[in-house]
Amino acid sequence: MLAQLELALTPTWYLVLAAMIFAIGAVGLLVRRNPLVMFMCVELMLNAVTLTFVAFSRALDDVGGQVFVFFVLVVAAAEVVVGLALVVAIMRRRQGADADDLSLMRG
Amino acid sequence: MADLIWLIPALPVAGFVLLMLLGRRMGEPGAGWVATLTVGGSFVLSVATFFDLLSLPADDRSFHQVLFTWLPAGNFSVDVGFLADPLSITMALFVTGIGALIHLYSIGYMAGDEHFSKFFVYLNLFVGSMLLLVLGDNLLVTFLGWEGVGLCSYLLISFWFSDPANASAGKKAFVANRVGDVGFLLGTFLVWMTFGSINYLDINEGVHAGIASVTAIAIVLLFFLGATGKSAQIPLFTWLPDAMAGPTPVSALIHAATMVTSGVFLLTRLNAVLHEAGWANDVIAWVGLTTALVAALAALAQNDIKKVLAYSTVSQLGYMFLAIGSGAFVAAVFHMITHAFFKALLFLGSGSVIVAMGHEQDMRLYGRLRKYLPVTSITFMVGWLAISGIPPFSGFWSKDEILGAAWQNGTVGQIQWGIGVFVAILTAFYMTRLVVLTFFGDREKWRDQSAYDEVPDLHHRHLDPSHEPHEPSWLMLFPLVVLAVFAALDGVINLPIANLEFLGEWLEPVIVHEHEALPGSTVAILATLAAIGAAGGIAAAWAMYQHHKGSKELVEQPAFQHALYIDDAYTALVGGPGEAAASGLATFDREVIDGAVNGVGWLARATGRIVRTYQNGFLRSYALALAGGAVVLLLFVVIRMGV
Repeated sequence: MLAQLELALTPTWYLVLAAMIFAIGAVGLLVRRNPLVMFMCVELMLNAVTLTFVAFSRALDDVGGQVFVFFVLVVAAAEVVVGLALVVAIMRRRQGADADDLSLMRG
Repeated sequence: MADLIWLIPALPVAGFVLLMLLGRRMGEPGAGWVATLTVGGSFVLSVATFFDLLSLPADDRSFHQVLFTWLPAGNFSVDVGFLADPLSITMALFVTGIGALIHLYSIGYMAGDEHFSKFFVYLNLFVGSMLLLVLGDNLLVTFLGWEGVGLCSYLLISFWFSDPANASAGKKAFVANRVGDVGFLLGTFLVWMTFGSINYLDINEGVHAGIASVTAIAIVLLFFLGATGKSAQIPLFTWLPDAMAGPTPVSALIHAATMVTSGVFLLTRLNAVLHEAGWANDVIAWVGLTTALVAALAALAQNDIKKVLAYSTVSQLGYMFLAIGSGAFVAAVFHMITHAFFKALLFLGSGSVIVAMGHEQDMRLYGRLRKYLPVTSITFMVGWLAISGIPPFSGFWSKDEILGAAWQNGTVGQIQWGIGVFVAILTAFYMTRLVVLTFFGDREKWRDQSAYDEVPDLHHRHLDPSHEPHEPSWLMLFPLVVLAVFAALDGVINLPIANLEFLGEWLEPVIVHEHEALPGSTVAILATLAAIGAAGGIAAAWAMYQHHKGSKELVEQPAFQHALYIDDAYTALVGGPGEAAASGLATFDREVIDGAVNGVGWLARATGRIVRTYQNGFLRSYALALAGGAVVLLLFVVIRMGV
């Protein structure tokens, strides 16, 4: 039973899960207006991609995929720092934070 | 001494810089004295260099000093260098000598002017540029001076710029000179293409090695175009009479003695090329002679004392070009020197009269001034006899040498001689008219109401009938006396007698092909004829203006007064079809050229206007675009790759 379950745990499962998480993140990014939530959605998408990296790394027996994960983590951390700083700065200047209110960069 | 040649132009330039910075503080007359001293210093240096050269054997009389390389560009390289040889040091001597005297005179003439120090700033810059022009060892340094004197001429003609007439006279001079400059520049390019160098010494060597006649003709004609601009010859002479709008010392220095001779100097510098240039020499001779004739006719009918002298200058410069075209470079330089002295004298004398008459310049309001201005009138009369060609005054000797040189040119030359003598008679006539109207005559016309009635075109009346003219200060009289001595005597530098042709021997090293002298008996006959003609001209004018014989209207034709309408023709041409063509081109420029440029800008803006609507500032719409783009790419990959 246990062996059967292990056999069934092919990379396909991981990839399906990652696709689902990615879709949740993408849709969340498009439909939510709160910058914080949008951030979390971006993180979800990043993590979904990370998951595929790990899955493929395991399936293909290539450590390169796992190395890539570290890069993604670092970039994500940096991005969060910048993004949260922006959010804080926006919050200081105006009531609430709605991404649709911030259209100053309109061409 | 040879190492110090650069100081000759550098001193006035230093004076220019100093006066520009501190001139206002020095004020009057300090600034004038500083300017005079710098030019005087240059004169002393020129004299020292002259004696240095004189002490050398004739063939070694040349100092060449290269200061630094100015434009190194591939195989083309121009040095800032100076060449002191008999020709350039002769020019430097009279430029600095007469220049210093005129500076001194200006201290008196410009007294009380609100821009006193500025006048000397320009005057010093002018002398510096002129010395650069004559001492430069290549065409580009000469061109630098050439442009410098043109600029100073413009600045000084329009010195009293608050009168629009003065300002436009300055502009006219500048534009006419620019037309000539085109010739100078193209000539320089052609010289470089032909000889691979624009250094005078290299040019002479190159000509010696051989040059195609067509090339020589092209070079000479281009430089002659430049010379007609600077030296006021047909077709570009019309600026010089207008240039009289400037203060009188400027007219004396720039528009009579020095700057206007630079065209003659330039062609003399290139005498080796001219010798190979065949018929181009005939062009120069005929243009010079025609200019001499037209200007002399115009001078007959002028009423402004300075305008008479201005046309007379144009006419005398025409003589110099006749000499150059006849191959008699020594005669041209000789006349240039004598003319510089007597014309500077005449102009300064007229300036003294103008000051005495409260800045009234119309000779029809003068008369009997010899009673009030004894020194001015005596010195002026020396200049009058010199320019009229009465022996033994200087003009007689130099004019005679030119006419003698023309005579040698076969039948054509003898026709030229005849016209030249006719011009000499006219010269004597109009100068006598000027002298009689100003210094003689039977009444003091500014006191006389009927004289004003005779002058219908005199719009404003300057003079009080009780005006008492008196001599100016010694600052203005001293230069007059010195110049009068030279104008009377400087014919001795080149007497047409064997072993007394000092100037001819002196210039021999720089004149590649010397002109052959006429036999002495012919010279004597021609000179006697010319002198008789001049005396006849004087006698005729004396009878007409002192004793009121004959009809003045015959001489003072309206056509002469307008210089045969050449200037009016230019005005009509440039103002009519010329302006139409220019405005047509301007329209083309505005509509087509600018239209194309603006069209490109319009296209970019229109594109931007459409595209920028997608840059709406909403973060989520960008995200949607990204997601949509990713989906499209994914579909593309799936469908195309068939994954």
